[in-house]
Amino acid sequence: MTRSAIIVEGLSKQYRLGGPAAQGGSLREALMQAMWAPVQRWRALQHGPGAGRDSFWALQDVSFEVERGSVVGIVGRNGAGKSTLLKIVSRITEPTRGQVRLRGRVASLLEVGTGFHPELTGRENIYLNGAILGMRKSEITRKFDQIVAFAEVDRFLDTPVKRYSSGMYVRLAFAVAAHLDPDILLVDEVLAVGDAAFQEKCLGRIQKVSQGEGRTVLFVSHNMGAVARLCDRAIWLDAGSLCADGPAQDVVKRYLALNLAPTGIWKRPANADDSAPVRILSVSAQDSRGATRSTFSGGEAVRLEMVYEVSRPVERCQLCARIVNGQALAVFTTGDSDAQGVPGVTRQPGRYRSGFSIPEGFLPPGPYSVHVCAHQPFIRVLDVHRQTARFEVTNVDALASFDDRAGAVTPLISWDCEPCERLVDAPSAAVTPLQSAGLKEAASL
Amino acid sequence: MTVMESSALVGQTTPPAIEPQELCLRPTRGWVAIDWAEMLRFRELLYFLVWRDYKVRYKQAVLGVAWAVLQPVCNMAIFTVIFGQLAKMPSDGYPYPVFVFAGLLPWTYFSTGVSLAGLSLANQQQLLTKVYFPRLFVPTASIGAGLLDMAIALVVYAGILLWYRQPVSWQIVLVPGLVVLTVLATLGLGLILAALTVSYRDFRYVIPFLMQIMMYLSPVVYPVTLVPDRYQWVLALNPMTGVIDGCRSAILGKPWNLMTLAVSSSSAVAVFLVGVGYFRRTERRFADVA
Repeated sequence: MTRSAIIVEGLSKQYRLGGPAAQGGSLREALMQAMWAPVQRWRALQHGPGAGRDSFWALQDVSFEVERGSVVGIVGRNGAGKSTLLKIVSRITEPTRGQVRLRGRVASLLEVGTGFHPELTGRENIYLNGAILGMRKSEITRKFDQIVAFAEVDRFLDTPVKRYSSGMYVRLAFAVAAHLDPDILLVDEVLAVGDAAFQEKCLGRIQKVSQGEGRTVLFVSHNMGAVARLCDRAIWLDAGSLCADGPAQDVVKRYLALNLAPTGIWKRPANADDSAPVRILSVSAQDSRGATRSTFSGGEAVRLEMVYEVSRPVERCQLCARIVNGQALAVFTTGDSDAQGVPGVTRQPGRYRSGFSIPEGFLPPGPYSVHVCAHQPFIRVLDVHRQTARFEVTNVDALASFDDRAGAVTPLISWDCEPCERLVDAPSAAVTPLQSAGLKEAASL
Repeated sequence: MTVMESSALVGQTTPPAIEPQELCLRPTRGWVAIDWAEMLRFRELLYFLVWRDYKVRYKQAVLGVAWAVLQPVCNMAIFTVIFGQLAKMPSDGYPYPVFVFAGLLPWTYFSTGVSLAGLSLANQQQLLTKVYFPRLFVPTASIGAGLLDMAIALVVYAGILLWYRQPVSWQIVLVPGLVVLTVLATLGLGLILAALTVSYRDFRYVIPFLMQIMMYLSPVVYPVTLVPDRYQWVLALNPMTGVIDGCRSAILGKPWNLMTLAVSSSSAVAVFLVGVGYFRRTERRFADVA
């Protein structure tokens, strides 16, 4: 008998494209689908099964084993299949192929406060949420005081949770979940809530659950720091497949190296949605001579250039770019028609090259990425891409780097300075308006 | 400190010596049997879900439990005026309010129950997409709270019977049996509608409409005898026909219409089985479509 707590074998999950509508949607669509089914089946016979464009594999042939007592982090970009994997392991959805074998009592924490009812009091919600997460009533009663102490809400136990502050709500919700006693715990991104101090408390709790009490934990997170700290091992999923599996520190290092490396240029991915009339084809960071670069010194201007294609005339079209810094903070957002004072201009079909320069010294040293979007303001979004081109501003030639000043931008602002109208030889004497008027006359003489 | 060392320190709470039971998750197809062991394991959750519905219902309402009294009493008053006084509807020889309330007892439970159960999954999507427990519990719990309403209405009915000096038959002891049939029919139809509503949002609008039609196909405001004998079995295909008629026989001592009761009982059981079957069959894709 192996010591594995979770065995995942050839796990695949297929979703139909087109959002929830394609999965069921309205009755009319279902009836239409039923009528077309024989035709589609015939086509499938001709072209081979699974050839349809209307489905995609969220997970494809993923296999791994997790030893009892280990903490495994799952990393990967948005849409890599992390949440799908967790949903299958926690029995929320079924795999399309393959299987998962679980040894022990499983509890999943995909969201804090699932089933919380705003009208019920804190006390009532502890019982309700505990039961939904799979706890027995006797178990909840036994741990009730611990839960309340952890959440720090003892004074508000008999207040409906709709009157709680969002912080209290999240603390109470996490406290219930944190006192689950499973053999296998599945956690998804729940640490992205609450203030820093509470996040730290949650991380500590997960660490305690996993190490001190010897449980198996599967932990999905975008917080690489947390993964590197909490997990023994990390699994990197990319586009539904297993990309790397190994010691957490190594996997995180490799993941960050690939995903945060400045690339300077971004090209439209092949799988992007091409249905909108405006398609952004590329985004690049360039120096003053028009060469694509990923690293700029603080004393250089950064030119960002977008190439886009318009397939049919679009009224009130605006192209936007947002510069985001290493703390994921939007430094600024700018639109191509801002300076003209209009929300957008009409674009005729064709290919366009559009860009702007960020003046030298404006961005403090650090990594940056660019989000781009083509939209009709207040009407609809036509095309949007996050984290396209990435570039880095180094501290070479950067005035701001000398004194490590705080702030998201370091604009070069010229100050003015002139001497105040006050007597130089009598600094302690109060200057009355009358005296000051007299002085001015004296100065002009 | 390594994992091994630290778990040795808290040796008592480390994994049990016996191998925990293994659970295998793999794709399922076709009809899926009910996992009774699992339902039993989660039974306390069913209790909590019913308890929640009850708490919430009476917390928000100013009149509280009075609603459970008001609804059937108002319906009774309206039906008495319109069907009893104005339309001169026959009522098997009983005062019309006494007659119609006996029908409203199971009907109110049925129509509220089916509506609540039908919308239960669509209204609580986060329970489907964020956590696992037997899905059957969601619609089942939503019809639980109505049982207390029915009990309250029964007390009100006792008052009405007293007022009209209407003797009560000893056969009232058979009412629990009729309640079981009502619950089976309510749950059966509720499960079908819940599964359909999750996939096809159109059913959200179909349910109230369906309940209105069914009310006129049930002998709530009229007696079964209004329909020619030859066609009574058609009316009895509606499970509520037998239950409503049965309620009048059990409480008021009206002669039993056994054929109607037999057809309706079979129909109630059939609706229940179809409901559970269809629900279990479509359950696997709830999380993907919700």
